[in-house]
Amino acid sequence: MRRVAACWPLGALALLAAFLLAPQRFAPLFAPLNPDGAPPIYNQGNLLALALAHLGIVCIAAVASTLVAVGLGILVTRARGAQFLPLSRTLVNFGQTFPPVAILALAVPLVGFGEKPTLIALFAYGLLPIFENTVAGLESCPAALLEAASGMGMSAGQRLWSVELPLAMPLIFEGVRLSVVISVGTATIGSTVAAKGLGEVIIAGLLSNNNAFVLQGGLATGLIAILLYEAIGLVQRRVCGAVRLD
Amino acid sequence: MIRIEQLTKRYGATSVVDEVSLVVERDSIMAIVGTSGSGKSTLLRMINRLVEPSSGRVLLNGRDTGAEPAHLLRRRIGYVIQGNGLFPHRTVAENIATVPRLLGWEEKRIGARVAELLTLLQLETGVYAHKYPHELSGGQQQRVGVARALAAEPSVLLMDEPFGALDPIIRAKAQEDLRHIRRRFGITIVLVTHDIEEAFRLGDRVAVMSRGHLLQCDRPAALLTRPADPFVTQLTGAADRALRLLSLTRAGDLADPAGSGGEAVAHAGAGEVSVAADASLRDVLADLMWQNADAAVVLDAGGRPCGRLTVAAILAQGRAR
Repeated sequence: MRRVAACWPLGALALLAAFLLAPQRFAPLFAPLNPDGAPPIYNQGNLLALALAHLGIVCIAAVASTLVAVGLGILVTRARGAQFLPLSRTLVNFGQTFPPVAILALAVPLVGFGEKPTLIALFAYGLLPIFENTVAGLESCPAALLEAASGMGMSAGQRLWSVELPLAMPLIFEGVRLSVVISVGTATIGSTVAAKGLGEVIIAGLLSNNNAFVLQGGLATGLIAILLYEAIGLVQRRVCGAVRLD
Repeated sequence: MIRIEQLTKRYGATSVVDEVSLVVERDSIMAIVGTSGSGKSTLLRMINRLVEPSSGRVLLNGRDTGAEPAHLLRRRIGYVIQGNGLFPHRTVAENIATVPRLLGWEEKRIGARVAELLTLLQLETGVYAHKYPHELSGGQQQRVGVARALAAEPSVLLMDEPFGALDPIIRAKAQEDLRHIRRRFGITIVLVTHDIEEAFRLGDRVAVMSRGHLLQCDRPAALLTRPADPFVTQLTGAADRALRLLSLTRAGDLADPAGSGGEAVAHAGAGEVSVAADASLRDVLADLMWQNADAAVVLDAGGRPCGRLTVAAILAQGRAR
């Protein structure tokens, strides 16, 4: 029974792939939502291409926020960078609390329509969980371990690389996971500034009062979020399988 | 040999270690003992420069330890801390290999060294090499910590309360292991402890510290018979110092060989108490008291009688000089 339960992400993946590759097959399922005879399946573009574009934007933004947030987290946990902790915290908090829609509105005049403003909004929005988890992970390294590492002759860099980061890794991964899931949902608003993505499907549904489109866009986005969450968890278990702090 | 010269550590206006000078002879064990806050750990950590001295210097085999980058110095000095500090994300073998890897040893040499140390500390290589620290008992973790400190064949081993977290039985075993290691490798050991019993048991010399000052540094027996300061008397225990003195001498050292001839052997027959030559006089006295005997036959390592020990002789040994 547990083995069956553990396989559900594969089922979700199969469902998503089937829908994106042959959406018309799902027409009977969505038809009841549009009794007025409007098209039950999104017909203004290729769903697979939109999903891949959506995924692409999220991944690029996640990689950028991870690099910056982890780098910043490392900096502020060093003795020399500790003074920047309050400032950094304020900045990433600002990125999280400032509404992504507002960032889009501000960014469009600067960088134009398309993917760029969306990337900026997702990047800023995704920093906080990764930054906070990196700081928490690095700060939770037991003092005795750090002392042992230094006492054996590791340089500051060797200590960071071979002791602190491996021990902080599970928490950093959790932060990335959270950030990516939020990002997948948030990326749908990118379609308001002409970024390719599943938001297009939802907006098209809103504009033409087509509930089937809205539901399709929402379900596909949700499945991608769940699958990314599971995929990152899988990588996390592979990378830090042995890390235990007890 | 470690020569500590007028070593001082100040934090602001307070000196946690104040002008301490000390010499640790090659291949000997120096136990630094004191209450918490006495500066004993800080003194130890200045030897491998985990704490940088405010003034004074440390010479290691004649070389000033301040002359090279601290992390390179530390690779030549073994370091064991309380609660062992093993890396939880690395296996036992990887933990032990830490310093050899930092030094760039060949994998083959590292593997051989890890196996040698595991065997020395009675951890079967096949069983333990690939376990993670959390899979080991406290005593096993402590042994791996010692193995890791010894891995790169250091000439000096620093130990900061190394047995503090162990229960009494495992602790006694760990202390026995340490004596064995010292005999096997020939290594200079500086050990910090708050336990005067442990200091006496392990230290060739014992340094007593209080409030940043070195009060006395001498052989354990001299600390008992000629304390330099009231605090030393207090620390070494005024009430039972006679018994402590007895515990410092082995039966074999005091046994009277004159009585070991045919006479002793003859006596050894009927109910005579016999003791091992490496038993402490304190244990022998307790044994004689328990068995209501006046004398014991001392047996050497091979089980042959090598002398005779009377209660009177033991009591004389425990008298103030």
